[in-house]
Amino acid sequence: MKSSRFDATVLTLCFAFLYIPIIILIVYSFNASKLVTVWGGFSLQWYRTMWSNEGLMDAAWVTARVGVLSATLGTALGTLAALSLVRFQKFPGRMLFSGMIYAPLVMPEVITGLSMLLLFVALNIDRGFWTVIIAHTTFTMCYVAIVVQSRLMTFDRSLEEAALDLGCPPVKTFFKITLPLILPAVIAGWMLAFTLSLDDLVIASFNTGPGATTLPIKIYSQVRLGVTPEINAICTILIGFVTIGVIATSIGTKRAELNRIRDEHVALRGTT
Amino acid sequence: MASVSETQAANTPNPARWLVVVVPYLWLLLFFAAPFLIIFKISLSDTAIAMPPYTPVFPGFGAIRDYISELDFENYLFLTEDPLYIKAYLSSLRIAVISTFLLLLIGYPMALAMARAPSSLRPTLVMLVILPFWTSFLIRVYAWIGILKPDGLLTLLLQTTGLLEPNEQIQIFRTDIAVFIGIVYSYLPFMVLPLYSALEKMDNTLLEAASDLGCPPWKAFWKITFPLSLPGVIAGSMICFIPITGEFVIPDLLGGADTLMIGKTLWTEFFGNRDWPLASAVAVVLLIMLVVPIAIFQNQQKKVV
Repeated sequence: MKSSRFDATVLTLCFAFLYIPIIILIVYSFNASKLVTVWGGFSLQWYRTMWSNEGLMDAAWVTARVGVLSATLGTALGTLAALSLVRFQKFPGRMLFSGMIYAPLVMPEVITGLSMLLLFVALNIDRGFWTVIIAHTTFTMCYVAIVVQSRLMTFDRSLEEAALDLGCPPVKTFFKITLPLILPAVIAGWMLAFTLSLDDLVIASFNTGPGATTLPIKIYSQVRLGVTPEINAICTILIGFVTIGVIATSIGTKRAELNRIRDEHVALRGTT
Repeated sequence: MASVSETQAANTPNPARWLVVVVPYLWLLLFFAAPFLIIFKISLSDTAIAMPPYTPVFPGFGAIRDYISELDFENYLFLTEDPLYIKAYLSSLRIAVISTFLLLLIGYPMALAMARAPSSLRPTLVMLVILPFWTSFLIRVYAWIGILKPDGLLTLLLQTTGLLEPNEQIQIFRTDIAVFIGIVYSYLPFMVLPLYSALEKMDNTLLEAASDLGCPPWKAFWKITFPLSLPGVIAGSMICFIPITGEFVIPDLLGGADTLMIGKTLWTEFFGNRDWPLASAVAVVLLIMLVVPIAIFQNQQKKVV
């Protein structure tokens, strides 16, 4: 099996390429020396300085609030958009609608950021906390729509139809039947929206205002001045946070899936 | 059966149902589509020393005639007159084409290896590809600064292995090479995932049949595997090519003063020179350049759906 050895080599090299820089960054956040290339022993001092850096902590708090609010709004709108795409096969302007869902996924951020800013200025809206939230909601809802859409496509509609046939009103059917069934995808979409918001520098830079400096903007302004272990520390915390979130969501979805399969088995056994 | 009930449901006069479509539709029209009309309008106006730094777009009704006569293609003419802009556009395209090619070169074998891995391993491998994608873009680019800078870890590694004299330093940081490394590193998951989903669906019996009939593996690859994975190749290439063309963070943090990319130029015009109309014109031209790739991407997505 020559090809399987080749495959293993390719995978090892590629994953090393993907992970070594992140691992180095994490390791050096615990470095006692301020120099990147000199290992001065294990230390938590950069976490302490980071913690007492008020500007950085303020930015982290702003980012967390922006992330939660825009991810929640984006998930609500994105789920509606996914439902429209899958359940409404024909409506006027459907082409334009699906175009507006896919375009933000690839649109260069400088264009999205600048054009949205010009809208806010034209509407005379002061830039700040809420303009960043609107901007983030707009691009994250498209990612949520894609994630939820793929779940809806493989969705068995017979349960929904049964509820409707038995006289359950459509809104209630959605909350009692549809939403619980697509919930793993909705949660995954929320997570994705939250991390995208947490991550965004360019769109936030265009649309932010006084008092709404997000963490990426803060990190970027410090990174331009050079590599500091303090930035490594905050990056490590962000990485840890996101990794735990992603793994927890995937375990959660897997468990939900297993429960569903078990319930189905129980139900089948009950009927025979 | 499903389609019958669907059309029945769609025919039921229930205006509330349409809220599902109308709410996200209006949101995207207002916050995604309308801004493009505004950016086009402002690209036609003149710079003014004011806040906002351009002449107003929505004047009173009496002034509409004056207003229209003031709109002109001055900013676009300026873009053609100064060779800097043309060079920046061309250089962005060159960097995007080369990086997309490099991404295919690295991403394809990786996706293929993932698709050929035992099916019990595949979810873990996909997870491992996605995880860096969830990690901040900015952090991943930042990680490379510490590695590539002249007194960074790469120099240290090469010095300790004896490939470099102790007093020598590697000069990659702030060059185009660093930009390519940064782009390939950041966009690799975007390339691998569409390739993998195309390769994973492949029917292996086709390859078995080819080998039974005496076709050598490399020929079977070019005759069967590659053509069947083309939708993935196109999707992955477009997902990478379009945003790379307008990339700002990577050329700004890893590139040098001579690394010209249009995203960086736009950023400087906007934040540095505060020339909003010119920045808008730069954005409009970039958008026009990307219309064809975006159309290909959308088409591809529709086929997948």
